[in-house]
This record gives sequence, C-alpha cells and structure tokens, in this order.
Amino acid sequence: MKTMLNKLLGLVGLVVLSFGVLADDWQQAASGLTGKSSNDKLAAIEAMLEFDDPRNAVALQGMLDAELYYVKADRQLVIATKSGRSFLLTDLQGESLGEVAKSKIKRITVNNRIRREIRSGLAMMALAGPDEDARFSAVRSLMANVEAEQLPLVEQRLVAETSAKVQDKLRELQAIILLENGDDAQRQSSAEFLGGRMDAPSRNALLRAQADEQNAEVLAAINESVARNQQLLKLNRAAENLYFGLSLGAVLLLAAVGLAITFGVMGVINMAHGEMIMLGAYTTYVVQQLMPGHIELSLVVAIPAAFLVSGAMGVLIERGIIRFLYGRPLETLLATFGLSLVLQQLVRSIFGPLNQAVITPQWLSGSLEINGVLALTYNRLYIIIFSFMVVAALWLLISKTFFGLQVRAVTQNRAMANAMGIRSSWVDAMTFGLGSGVAGIAGVALSQLTNVGPNLGQNYIIDSFMVVVFGGVGNLFGTVVAAMTLGVANKLAEPFTGAVLAKILVLVFIILFIQKRPRGMFALKGRMVED
Amino acid sequence: MTQQKQHSSRWSKQLAASAMALALTSGMSLAQAAETIKVGVLHSLSGTMAISETTLKDTVLMMVEEQNKAGGLLGKKLEPVVVDPASDWPLFAEKARELLEKEQVDVIFGCWTSVSRKSVLPVVEELNGLLFYPVQYEGEESSKNVFYTGAAPNQQAIPAVDYLMGEEGVERWVLAGTDYVYPRTTNKILEAYLKTAGVADEDIMISYTPFGHSDWQTIVSDIKKFGEAGKKTAVVSTINGDANVPFYKELANQGIAAEDIPVVAFSVGEEELSGFDTAPLVGHLAAWNYFQSADSELNEEFIGAWQSFIGSEERVTNDPMEATYIGFKMWAEAVEKAGSVEVDSVRDAMYGITVPNLTGGYAVMNTNHHLTKPVLIGEIQSDGQFDVVWQTAGGVIGDAWTDHLPESANLVADWTAPISCGNFNITTSQCSGQNY
Repeated sequence: MKTMLNKLLGLVGLVVLSFGVLADDWQQAASGLTGKSSNDKLAAIEAMLEFDDPRNAVALQGMLDAELYYVKADRQLVIATKSGRSFLLTDLQGESLGEVAKSKIKRITVNNRIRREIRSGLAMMALAGPDEDARFSAVRSLMANVEAEQLPLVEQRLVAETSAKVQDKLRELQAIILLENGDDAQRQSSAEFLGGRMDAPSRNALLRAQADEQNAEVLAAINESVARNQQLLKLNRAAENLYFGLSLGAVLLLAAVGLAITFGVMGVINMAHGEMIMLGAYTTYVVQQLMPGHIELSLVVAIPAAFLVSGAMGVLIERGIIRFLYGRPLETLLATFGLSLVLQQLVRSIFGPLNQAVITPQWLSGSLEINGVLALTYNRLYIIIFSFMVVAALWLLISKTFFGLQVRAVTQNRAMANAMGIRSSWVDAMTFGLGSGVAGIAGVALSQLTNVGPNLGQNYIIDSFMVVVFGGVGNLFGTVVAAMTLGVANKLAEPFTGAVLAKILVLVFIILFIQKRPRGMFALKGRMVED
Repeated sequence: MTQQKQHSSRWSKQLAASAMALALTSGMSLAQAAETIKVGVLHSLSGTMAISETTLKDTVLMMVEEQNKAGGLLGKKLEPVVVDPASDWPLFAEKARELLEKEQVDVIFGCWTSVSRKSVLPVVEELNGLLFYPVQYEGEESSKNVFYTGAAPNQQAIPAVDYLMGEEGVERWVLAGTDYVYPRTTNKILEAYLKTAGVADEDIMISYTPFGHSDWQTIVSDIKKFGEAGKKTAVVSTINGDANVPFYKELANQGIAAEDIPVVAFSVGEEELSGFDTAPLVGHLAAWNYFQSADSELNEEFIGAWQSFIGSEERVTNDPMEATYIGFKMWAEAVEKAGSVEVDSVRDAMYGITVPNLTGGYAVMNTNHHLTKPVLIGEIQSDGQFDVVWQTAGGVIGDAWTDHLPESANLVADWTAPISCGNFNITTSQCSGQNY
C-alpha cells in the first residue's frame, strides 16, 4: 500500500517535472513567500494550496522547521540545512543544489499567524495521508476551527477512513458541524453524541447550542449532554488536582529523602543538603556533555554517577567537618550553611553563573492523554514512579542489609554498637554519604523539572526540612506520608487561594501542627528519643 | 612524592609572583589616581542575581577597555572599580556609598532588580552621584541622579499588548507574574490599559507566584482552561528570571503551543533561553528594545567584540547589555561635551544626546531621564534566538509616569528649567518636593 502510494507520488512528481508550465504557475503562487509582510506570505500560502502540488508539503514543512530559504540572486525557494559554516541547498523536489555561504540566502520567517495557517494546510493534506496518528491530529486541528463548508469533506473522509480511532474523531467533528447547521433530527443526535466528549471544541459547541436552541426536544437533549459533561469535567478536574498533588509530593519526597537520613537518622542539621541535590543536577549536565549522541540514555547513566559524586562529597564533608561537630547542633548548622555557600560559589566558578541546559529526553516530554481535559505529563509521571523506587530501595537497604543493621545499631546506641565491634565512625561516614548520594539522585530528577544553576539547592532546602520535621524525625515512612500530604494539600488549596497564599497556608499549618505534636506525625518512641 | 614537591614549589613561586604583581599594580594605581576617570560597577557577582548581572559587569568592563583603546576620555584613562553587592539589597546601598565616598568614582553602572535600585537611590541622591540603570522596569520614578536606559512600561508592555491585539487578534488575557513590585505595577498598568481598550473583567485573569516558583502544573492547567473558552487567548508574562524555565517546560508538556496560546514575556531574553532546549517554545514571544538577531552592522560588530572579549562564540547578547552599551556611550559623549566628569555638568550635557542603537536608528536621552528608542517583538526560534516579527515605526519616548494609572496620569518628569523636577503635577502645577 505504502510503496504504491510512494510510486504514485513519484509519478505525480515526474508529471509535474515534465510539464514545466504547471510548475511555473505554482512558482508564481509561491513567490509571495519571499515578500516582507506576513500578509504577503499568508496570501501566498493560500494561493499555493489551490494547487495539488507535492512541493506544498515540502515548502510548508520547511517553513515550520525554519529550513525554507530563498536564494537572494534569483528568489528561488530552497531547503537549506546547515553544514559547518555554509549551507547545503536542495530544491523543493529534493535535487541537490550544492553548498553556498550564509550571505547568499535568506530564511523565510514565519510568525504564529502564518504558522497556524501552515498547520491547518498540512492537516488538510495529512487528512488523506498514510499515517494514522497524523490523520487523527489533523481531524483534531480541524475541530479547533470548525467551518460549515468542511462538512462534505468530513463525510467523504468518514466513508474512506479505515481506522476506528480516526473515524470516531471524524464523527465528533461531524456532530459539531451538524449541531449548528443540521435539521432537528441531526441536531438532536449530534447533541446526544457529544455528551461525554471532553474535548474543548465539543464542550464549547454544546454550550453555544444551549444558548441558541429553539426546539424544546433538541434543547432537552443538549441540556442532558451539558449536565453530563459538567459532571465528568468535575471528576476529571479532581483527578487532575490529585495528580498534581501527588507529583508535587513526589518532588518533595525526592528532595527530602536524603535529608531524612542525614538529619532524620543521624541528627545532623545539614544546611548543605540542597547543594548535594545541585551537585547531582550538575552531574546530569556533565554526563550529557560527555555522551552527546545518547541523550535518551543519559539519565540512566546520570543516576549512579550523581549518587557517586554527591555521595563522595558527603563522605568528604563528614570526615572533614561534621565528625568534629557531633553533639553541637548550632555549630553544625553554621558550618554546613557556610559550606553550602562555598559549594555554590565553587560551582559558579567552574561552570559560570548561568544556568546550564540539561536536555529533556524525548520519552520524558509531552503527556499521556487520558481524555480531552485530563492529561498526565510524562516527566511528572516518571518522577512519581521514580521517587517511590528510591524510597523502596532505601527502605530495603536500611531494614534488610547488614549495613542497614549497623546504621540502626549506631543510631540506637552508639556505645553498645561500638562494644559489638561496629566501627561507628565508619558507619557515620557511610550513612552521611548515603544520604548525600540519594540527594544527588534527586538532583537528576529535578534537573528535568527546573533550572540547573548554582542556586538550585536553595529552593529545596526549606521544603526538605519541612517534610522531614512534619513526618517525624528518623522515620522514613513518615517522610513519605508527609511529602504526599503536603503536596496534595498545597495543590488542593492552590486553585482557591493562588500559589503564594497556598504556600503560606501550608507553612502555617505545619507550624500549628508542630505546636501540637513537636515530634511530627510519626514520632519515634522509646529510650533513644530521650537523648 | 617528588612530584608533589615540585608542585608545591611551583605554587609558591606563582604565589610570590602574583603578590609582586599585586604590589606593583596597587602602587601604580595610587600613582595614577589623579590621572584616571573612575567607573564604578555595581552588579551582583554572587547570589541569586549573579546569573543576570555578571554579564552586565563584563559588558561595562568591555566598554571601558574599548574606550581606553580609543584613547580614554578627556585625555585620561578609564579605571573600572568593581564591587560585589551579592544580590543583597541593603548591601547595594553600602557598596554604592563605598564607591562614591571611598573610591570617589565619577559614574556608576549598576543594579538590576527594582528593589536594589530603590535601596541605592537615597545614597546617590545624598552624595550627588550618577547612576546608569540598564534594565526594563515598572516606571513611576525619575531621579535627578539616575539615568534609566532600560524600557519604561510604555516601551515594552504596552506595545506588546498592542501587537497581540492587532496581529494575533487576542481577546482574552492572562497576566502572570512573580509576586513583587515590577510585575504588580506592570500588571496594574496593563489591566487599566486593557479595560480602556474594551476588554471585559471576565476576560482578564491575573495570577502571581512566589520567586523561583517551579511547580507550574496548576497554573498552566488553569491557563489552558481559561483559553478553552473559544476566544483567542494570550499570556502576558512578567515572570522573573529562573522561574521561566519550568514554566515554559510545563507549557510544552501540557501541549500548549504558541499558535494556540502565545506567551509574551518581558523578562525572557537570549541569555535566559541559553539555559534550555527551545524547540518546544518556538513561536512564543518577547518584547524588548534589542534582540541579538537584529540585522545591523553595528550589532554584528558589537556581538563580535563581546564574544572575543568573553572568549566564547557561544555567549549571547541581550537587551540589558544594549541598554548598558547605550548608557555608557551616552555618558562618554556627555563627558566629552561637558569637558569634565563633574556630575552636574555631565547631567546637563546628557539631555538630547543621541547614540546609535544596535538595532538601527538612534536613541535619544530625554529630560525625564528616560530614552527614546524603538520597541521590537521577537518570536523564539529553535536555536534559542528571536526572529523580529514586528517593530515600532520610530522610537518610543520613555514615559516615567504612566498615563494609564489615575495616581500618575497627571505627573511628568522634566529635569530642566523651569520645571526641574521628577514628579511635576500638571494640574496643580506643583512638584511633590521629594527627589524622585
């Protein structure tokens, strides 16, 4: 099927080539593209689309990709791709025209208005194309801008269409058109069909029809569909809010879980925790610089790398500074705060003060569309999964391994642990390294959400402490619950209060909560609490 | 072991050499003190604002170097004095005092955020200093001792809204900003402007977020819902600095393309974009008085000079750099014209001075201490640059006091006789008496 189509296209191309007169007309139409004003270009696009010419697709796509240029000397339209300092030219039929300097050609610039026109032009072309997904999105882009004249085309496509998915969308489009322009029966069936459809054009069409409808029976059908939509909308919005809350909670959890170890388990007030996150994010950047051809894989490599870099830094800090300050929380606080400034300036000196570009792999961009209103963004989805994986791994490490046993022994009773032959100072260093390493892993995830710059860590340090204290110091499970609670509470409040007030409300809530339960939600009980 | 020793001995040699050099230069600068014109640079080199301000420090240093190569000013060499106010607002005032009292600088180039400018203001006024402020800001100010070379709201925000209404046919507006003085004032002005243009209350949505906000899910989803009502919608963003990257990422992830809901930003330039992958952002807009892509010989020269000064072809130029460039050129010309660096005579010489813009045409310094310069609208491209899609026919005169707010509609600034005042009320014919 595909090959036949290709052959057919080739044939058309040949025909066009051999009939030079035909081509000239098209060129005449397209010449407006080299004009200066956007109105010239819009007129040219409209004129071009009058022709059923294969060069339309090449030229329009080229404009979208910023690859359509014209040669200054003879105003010929070409596709130009950069190679080194010069540009490789091909004409619109794909014939190579050799290499020229940048000064010989000029790019055809487009703005949003033109881009919209191009996209709808391409959508019309894709409507009969071989690619199912392209046909689907073509129908959707037609829905965004419904016109009654499209009806014959839509009905013709409905007959020819083979994919059920695209057919369904075409029917929806048909219903939108008929709801406004059809007879009573058509309007009624359209209104019934559009009930429960979550795409904005469908919902808006119903709302518009509700205001205009005269026929009582049709109006009843419309009312019912609108009510059904409203119900569904509410449900979807609630689900969306919950998802936002969970994903914010996952970010808080990732940021805080390292601190749950250094502060929670070891009791070190580690103000440099945010900088461990930052180091992890910078490690991601460096990994991407080292493997430019494998961006899709870079994050997988960056996770262990960030763990090692931040972990090693953690061990260094513990051995170099913190071990001299155990039992002196105020001095620890000041020392680690100073250290955080040193680390920030260090990064600033090495990488410069500007943010670094960490590229988002393809599989982390875009969103998983459930329906017209509910879409789950992939990056958040993966981060939710990832945060739980990290916590699960940590929990296994602490509760199921010999190292974990040693850690617990040292925190519960250092003297006794020493007496049992555990090198508690070694365990301290490793535990601190572990907490820092986990913070580094958080940095990899955060590099996908926010800026990678020297100040990255500062934005998360307060939140991290908030989560750990709220959850109950020394309790991994508490940290998970606290992070999720705070995330969801924040996001549930935000639509009503705005982002600024939501954050304040959460803070106030925690302050009040700590008054009532100073040791957090899940306080540890027993003798070790007393010291 | 031996290697280590070698290392340490090389180290100590280097240390000794640099100590010598230091002694020499400090001795020299003492001897030269009377012979040089001192240029103070008051930009944060550490802390949160270092990301933006370091570039401006380098720009001033480059301009000083170029001026010195061309023979300096009034036969004297220029000597830059760089201090680091570390993104700490009170420290800005202290450092300004240090520059003026201890270092006795003849001019200061500096500040980025409005709050840093406001904290420097009393110091330069008390000590009669001269400050060139190179960043777009909310207006509502005109100090005798400050020249504002960045855009006032009527040179950025209002033309941008006009463009969206005219070219894109926008009828519904989201005003999104970071919660501090610049976005709040700008949005107040824009809201008043939109309402006089006939936009209904329910077609304006205003949302503020904290500094460094990184979780944009709810707001972007709200914008999406707001834009689904069937009318063409646009976002006017006064979101500050760092928060932009996650904002645009969220827009892209939730599938909001520029053709559906364009975002026009007043704080996003080439430098901010160099921090991320712009492919999903193509078509979103920014309004500035300068874009690196501006097609002019002067601009190409400037970019070349900048990249060779900084030693990297990757580095971009941006609007506050052009504002710094214009400010510096104007000051240098005014000094030549006045034949002295004395603040009062330089100030008088400033009025009416013209300097070529990097984008073509000329910038003029007005008596309200603001510039006349063109306004450009650019669309983000996949290479992190902007395509200029629209620009004002001529220069726009910077308006210190906006006409769109009732409290400042009848105020004007004019620092020449007979008014000689930064906030002259044209209905009562009185000056409020305060200095700015």
